[in-house]
Amino acid sequence: MNGPPLLDRRFAARPDRLRDIRSAVAEAAGRLGCADRIVQDVVLAVDEACQNIIRHAYRGLGGDIVVQLGGEPGRLVVRLIDFAPPVEPARIVPRALDDLRPGGLGTHFIRTVMDDVAFLPPPPGAGNLLQMVKWIGGAS
Amino acid sequence: MMVEIIDRGAATVVVPAGEVDLEHSPRLRRVLTELMLDHRTVVVDLGGVSYLDSSGIASLVEAYQLARGGAGRLTLANLSPPALRVLRLARLDQVFAIADTVDAALGSGS
Repeated sequence: MNGPPLLDRRFAARPDRLRDIRSAVAEAAGRLGCADRIVQDVVLAVDEACQNIIRHAYRGLGGDIVVQLGGEPGRLVVRLIDFAPPVEPARIVPRALDDLRPGGLGTHFIRTVMDDVAFLPPPPGAGNLLQMVKWIGGAS
Repeated sequence: MMVEIIDRGAATVVVPAGEVDLEHSPRLRRVLTELMLDHRTVVVDLGGVSYLDSSGIASLVEAYQLARGGAGRLTLANLSPPALRVLRLARLDQVFAIADTVDAALGSGS
């Protein structure tokens, strides 16, 4: 992420905070000049990733999520930092879509709408850092 | 999210409105499960859904599975663009019975 992020906020990892997270992400992505479809994709990816943090990393026990969003030439970068025990990225895989069951779609959505998704080494004191990148063409 | 339940004789129309996300989807899940287990013909009017996430999709899939298992019948109708977009992402637009309008869903007897 080049320069200071457009969004750098800490939220409680609770379902009733997801609406505020989505709103903050949409506002920041809009300030980058992203098209509506790109904003919607990024909002969905962040929402689903935060759900994973709430349900699987914190296991519903609560904690915080730091949401950062910034622009680099031609791409939008989102970083989600949590303070839960480190997750094993190899275990976070989308389910097969023909396996029709209620859960497991969030990771599929994230990987479908974003161009690059990776766990990076977290900053000191944090548990996990998920970086998601969306190509946005000429806007930066 | 608001959930309106409308009795249309042989069928029940469920109308969620607003954002169907992790905070609110459990309510939709409870409504749909109860109706399906009551062997109702259910039409879910998604025209007022401004946001739908994987937890909302999961509520619909649960109801679909109950219908397939011999409980009620389920049709989705009047899909808003955000709802249709997410259903397509999940490739569920080819799985659910989908009608353009609630009246079409009721008329089809599905």
